[in-house]
Amino acid sequence: MKKTDVNTYQHYLKVVDCQQACPAHTPVPEYIRLITQQRYSDAYMLNWQSNVFPGILGRVCDRPCEPACRRTRVEDKAVAICRLKRVTADYKEDITERLPKAPKRQNGKRIALVGAGPASLTVARDLLPLGYQIDMFERDAKAGGMMRSQIPQFRLPHDVLDEELNYILDMGVNGYFNHPIDSLENLLNKNYDAVFIGTGAPKGRHLPLPGYDDCQLDIKIGIDWLSGVSFEHISEAPKRVVVLGGGNTAMDCCRTAKRLGATDVKVLVRSSFEAMKASPWEKEDAMAEEIAIMPNHSPLEYKRNDDGSIQIAFEKVISSYDKSNNRTLTPTGEIVKVDCDLVLVAIGQDTSFPWIERDIGLKFNDWSQPILNKLTLQSTLPQVFFGGDSAFGPENIITAVAHGHKAAISIDLFCHGKQPENRPDSDFNLISQKMGMHEWRYDNQIEHHQRLAVPHIDWQQASQQLATEVELGFDEQLALQEAQRCLNCDIQTVFTESKCIECSACEDICPLDCINFIDDIHKSGDANTLLAGKLRVEKATPEQDYFISDKLHTGHIMVKDEDLCVHCGLCAERCPTGAWDMQKLILSNIEATIK
Amino acid sequence: MSYAKSTFRHPNLKVNDIGLTYRDYEGVVSTLCAGCGHDSISAAIVHACAELSLPPHKIAKMSGIGCSSKAPNYFLGRSHGFNSVHGRMPSVTTGANIANKDLTYLAMSGDGDTASIGLGQFAHVIRRRLNMVYMVANNGVYGLTKGQLAATSDKGARNKAGDISPFNEIDLCVMALQLGASFVARCFSGDRQQLVSILKAAISHEGFAFIDIISPCVTFNNQANSKRSYDYVQQHISTAAISDFVPVKDEISCDLPAGNYDDICLHDGSLIRLYKSDENFKCDDKLHAINMIEKHKVKNQILTGLLYVNPAIDTYHEVNQTSDTPLNQLREDVLCPGQRVLSSINESFR
Repeated sequence: MKKTDVNTYQHYLKVVDCQQACPAHTPVPEYIRLITQQRYSDAYMLNWQSNVFPGILGRVCDRPCEPACRRTRVEDKAVAICRLKRVTADYKEDITERLPKAPKRQNGKRIALVGAGPASLTVARDLLPLGYQIDMFERDAKAGGMMRSQIPQFRLPHDVLDEELNYILDMGVNGYFNHPIDSLENLLNKNYDAVFIGTGAPKGRHLPLPGYDDCQLDIKIGIDWLSGVSFEHISEAPKRVVVLGGGNTAMDCCRTAKRLGATDVKVLVRSSFEAMKASPWEKEDAMAEEIAIMPNHSPLEYKRNDDGSIQIAFEKVISSYDKSNNRTLTPTGEIVKVDCDLVLVAIGQDTSFPWIERDIGLKFNDWSQPILNKLTLQSTLPQVFFGGDSAFGPENIITAVAHGHKAAISIDLFCHGKQPENRPDSDFNLISQKMGMHEWRYDNQIEHHQRLAVPHIDWQQASQQLATEVELGFDEQLALQEAQRCLNCDIQTVFTESKCIECSACEDICPLDCINFIDDIHKSGDANTLLAGKLRVEKATPEQDYFISDKLHTGHIMVKDEDLCVHCGLCAERCPTGAWDMQKLILSNIEATIK
Repeated sequence: MSYAKSTFRHPNLKVNDIGLTYRDYEGVVSTLCAGCGHDSISAAIVHACAELSLPPHKIAKMSGIGCSSKAPNYFLGRSHGFNSVHGRMPSVTTGANIANKDLTYLAMSGDGDTASIGLGQFAHVIRRRLNMVYMVANNGVYGLTKGQLAATSDKGARNKAGDISPFNEIDLCVMALQLGASFVARCFSGDRQQLVSILKAAISHEGFAFIDIISPCVTFNNQANSKRSYDYVQQHISTAAISDFVPVKDEISCDLPAGNYDDICLHDGSLIRLYKSDENFKCDDKLHAINMIEKHKVKNQILTGLLYVNPAIDTYHEVNQTSDTPLNQLREDVLCPGQRVLSSINESFR
């Protein structure tokens, strides 16, 4: 069989499920290990290097890492990766001295950033230390983008936000706030070397059902309303509020409404409860605050009642899925009427580029999205780059950060007359963790306890205060305990064929039956098909690849299923010749691994 | 150093007839040297017992002294065990066996424990036809005392310290054949498939089953000039017939690979199916087996596989007409019938 290519880092990076799943490839196991050593500042800086906003993301990240966590494949719940990230921010010392600084002499290149959200800020952070002049244009009064305007303070306090934004702004960004850009052409005429557009997806979708005109005054777009609350233009909500939509914005709307005085808050959503786009923990928190979530309700019409309130009619539906997972909503004919004083519509948001002239060479596709090179984020106007939600539609903060890194690399190459397609790659290193006969530089004992819950303030109290953060974060003891659950997936099992004497010790000791010694298969094709029925245990999930060795002395090959390996190091401990070794994967330039 | 395995398990592990996975048959984590052949034997025993769905509480692990005899701690953690005096495991097993014939006796011994200090006991337990599986983990050296040459080392063999074995070796398989063992096999700890199927057959065999298992000592006898090293054995192994064990419950399917095979029916109805690589090989003939072993030795080859089996031989219990019921299940008045019975016995001798 074809030996697994271990001359590049691809196989090894994939083994680190959380890191691979993180759009910014944050080295999760390494920072969790630093937490266990109580090196919080080091853990914070490692995060900061790759995801730029550890304190913010440690509270409000979409956590693509957690469903990927290996722990979900050997037990129920992932390591609380996101909340451990917050721990690094909560317990760090003053790290300002450790931040990179812009050089005194600039390189003479001027970059304009449109928008001051996570994507633009990441570009600024990556380019300022290289000597670029960064001019940032923002329509709002403060930086942060949707992190400030759409995420309520009870999830993300403004002081946490300001701290991490200021790390970047204080590096020397020329910020132009309250300064909307209304013409890209004009901006281009200012002869910037490159322009980065990170304007997000600022346009909330309307829901113009019958009766809309009558009720228009009391129907608000969710994100606009949240923004009004954030900038203190709105300070109260009426008694009865209905939120339409089932995403995280809907959850933020309902919980904010409750805090602004609403007593009867309902979320009505067309999909089933399970299919709602909101993160499970957001739904749980909303329900804990006594907000009614009513799934399977499809809105039909608005009606103005005689007393001035609004009545919305819904039809109950049944959602079902076909084989290719396409959803069908079947109406049941049952009509439900809900009275309220305010309707918040949170059914999605779109990008908006009325300020980009269509005749300046920047091409758009049929869905009014800019045509971009996915690898470089370069538009059809070579000096214009996009990132964040504005690039491909709404995603999340961590994706915006990843875009920022990619665009910064592209801009740097472009400004030096190089092709952005010819990208640098990361160097990788595998460092043996062996300290003695059976001693490792990492804690290889598997901790079997269940995921710990993050403490929060009393729910009754929570739903009354707009600016009080609900989650308290892990205390140090809980953090250290939870950190022990990490399975150290970045400590790779590295195999050297020439040293193996085929004693089968590793095969027998492996608690998860990952290792197999089998006759070589003289066929080419998909490894899953070729190996079916030939291994100790049938593959559990398709998440991970096989690690296949070259031929050994006897003609056998070693096949390790990376799926459920818990990186306990027992294979290496029981190996008499050191054919197995536990080696830490170190990627020197994380940003360059983002493809 | 890790003292425990994670309790996490692969979700697709096979469950046997009594609802256990092979991991339920494991013992504690081995403290033998990493790469020891004995650990491989332990794993084979674990798999064999799991595949046969033996209830762990119906197995007794018997051993003497030595690295081999430590090994029972590393398999069948939920079974009974007796770690006896050096070389005296056969006597203790005999006693246990007489007291309770319902248990499966798995005895693990080594080349010192069997071929030196315990040679006399070894000879007599074979002669007594005790129903047990007697395994010797044979590495040719005394590993526990740092690698002196054992009596099973070939003449001229060198150990790691450079000592040369001046005498002829004791071939335990040949001895077992001569003394009347009804099941004799030689295996290599590195050939898992063969070892597991022979173990299953040996456990199912009613009578004395002997398996000499070549088990490299990775610390004291795995050097380049050793004839018990992984490399040497892998290169010089020869198998007369690959055996496959077919348990009673499995139907014998007709789509087995075509070829030359013999079926041997065991006492309990299970089958040993032998795929013969040598057409002239037969395993119901002691003399033939001894001949084959010696012929291979001349060619510098190690003959492995099932060498001899006689499925229909009376065991110790049948010969001696001992109690069918384990003694621990007999009522006290049956077990100790009292003065009247003793008197009548005494009277019979007057």
